[in-house]
Amino acid sequence: MSQQFVLPGSYKKWTIGLIAVGLLAVLYGFIVYHPFAHAGHGQNVNSTHFWAALLQNSVYFLLLVNTAMFFMCITTMAMGGWQIAFRRVMEAVSSAVPVMGVLTLIILMAIVWGGRSDIYHWLDKSAVASDDVLNGKKGFLNPVFYSVFSIVTVFLWWILGKKMRSLSHQTDKGPMDYETGKKWIWNNTVYASLFTVVFTLSVASTLSWFWLMSIDPHWYSTMYSWYTFASTFVAGISLFTIFVVWLKNKGQLEYVNEEHLHDLGKFIFAFSVFWAYLWFSQYMLIWYSNQPEETKYFVERFGTAEKAGPYKAIFFINIIINFLAPLLILMMRGSKRNWTLITFMAVLMVFGHWLDFYQMVMPGTLHEHGSMGLFDFGVACLFIGLIMWSVGRYITRYPLDPKYHPFMKESMIHHT
Amino acid sequence: MAGGIKKFVVGAFDDEAVLFPAVKNVRKAGYKIHDVYTPFPVHGLDYAMGLRQTSLHTVGFIYAALGTITALGFMSWVFVKDWPMDIGGKPFFALPAWIPITFELTVLFSAVGMVLTFCYLCQLSPFVKKHHFHPRATDDLFIMAIECTEKTNDGEVQQFLQNAGAKEVNVQEAETGWWLGRYDREQKLYREEKGY
Repeated sequence: MSQQFVLPGSYKKWTIGLIAVGLLAVLYGFIVYHPFAHAGHGQNVNSTHFWAALLQNSVYFLLLVNTAMFFMCITTMAMGGWQIAFRRVMEAVSSAVPVMGVLTLIILMAIVWGGRSDIYHWLDKSAVASDDVLNGKKGFLNPVFYSVFSIVTVFLWWILGKKMRSLSHQTDKGPMDYETGKKWIWNNTVYASLFTVVFTLSVASTLSWFWLMSIDPHWYSTMYSWYTFASTFVAGISLFTIFVVWLKNKGQLEYVNEEHLHDLGKFIFAFSVFWAYLWFSQYMLIWYSNQPEETKYFVERFGTAEKAGPYKAIFFINIIINFLAPLLILMMRGSKRNWTLITFMAVLMVFGHWLDFYQMVMPGTLHEHGSMGLFDFGVACLFIGLIMWSVGRYITRYPLDPKYHPFMKESMIHHT
Repeated sequence: MAGGIKKFVVGAFDDEAVLFPAVKNVRKAGYKIHDVYTPFPVHGLDYAMGLRQTSLHTVGFIYAALGTITALGFMSWVFVKDWPMDIGGKPFFALPAWIPITFELTVLFSAVGMVLTFCYLCQLSPFVKKHHFHPRATDDLFIMAIECTEKTNDGEVQQFLQNAGAKEVNVQEAETGWWLGRYDREQKLYREEKGY
């Protein structure tokens, strides 16, 4: 596999097609949905839908591609060797962070500085002034803090991710002797830890509060950030698994075999269960204590005994796709070593957690007016297309097997 | 005991690199390996010996399902039929509140059941005296026991093991009762495997 991988024409066509469809969808929304119409609560449902869909998709896919880098960093810190065979694929997926990050920041800044109080209720100054709860949270939930924190975080993801990728390219120069190898491993581990710290402080805590939980600013859950993290972690692993299988299918990634696939399948399985654990813990505590300000979150989704909520179907489909399906299907050893089944499950997970994000964002913004339509899928197409474009750019530029990585041998003989 | 007395040719190896080709050659020659006793788990030895995949996980799933059914069944009987109680205005069939207990019983049934099944499959049980083919099997030697039938010429087998690199070779007789013969490992003949 010494020659550089060349993208097949169909991949390019799909990339351009998806981006075109996405751009058309956004353009359509821009013209028909009046995105800059008055931002009052429930006053311009279409313009709320426009921004909510952009928020959901941009945040979801940004967290997904960033997860690839996080996965690489934690396996590096654990001195893992098995993942080296497809390390370049994770790098390729994470190389979409800058473009996705900039896009997400533009959308978030437009929402916050455009005063979209239909998305973030805490942007409405008069409402905050007359509301004790929101007034108390003013020090945290304000446009300046929101913007600075978001920008700094995305910038750090980009810089540290870039450093990790450039460290990886250093190994392509040739075999390292013992001392250089040791030094390289040390460097690699240090930057992996730095990234992990930034990632944990952002995705697993503050960023989820800012970007998603503050849609329902009166409500809070200490489980929420972990829940978001679990959701994107499963879907992120699934995302790069799809690329691993695709590249293997194209005759690349010589050293990836069933053993690696088996471990990826285990991760998807395990973190689906972890996601369900967090989902359930959040649900059960609120159901048990039964306090109006907390149950409000589920009333908006599930409804009450008397009146079914508008998102009841999604509420159940969410659990079936994201918990029951991986639990029952991926439990068997044979299914984790089956390329077709893993691909199917990976696609299902990416879709399932997209749905999960849908029911995190839409009920708090659109309330009973929510309707999933072609527009939502169109916007998703834009981001998927952009991920494909970034990945395609990366895998045609750099060798796909990090041949001289000190742990490469460990990955070749990996055995579960 | 059920299996009666059987004869075994026992060879002791002190190197994995010698053991693996020896296992391969013994199987090729058509002798039946009773078992290989090692001081630590040797990666890939089960493949080399042609053992089938364990069914322990299937049994674990069944135990787990039993645990789930027991927990949910018992709790619904108690709280819905036998002794309904109003707890905080929740419905009698309070499924979310039962999930943690259901989970615990699922894990408990599956864990305990799997340990017991594991002991059964490995023929471990209190008060059962097992025949040790070699005391150093728990220390620093890999012990291969080859089962003899009436047709086996044990001298020939001993010679074969010697040539395969065994440090010590001898013939032993052991009772194949519950603890030796019941869960006889299924072995595929080498020539039935792919690529032979």
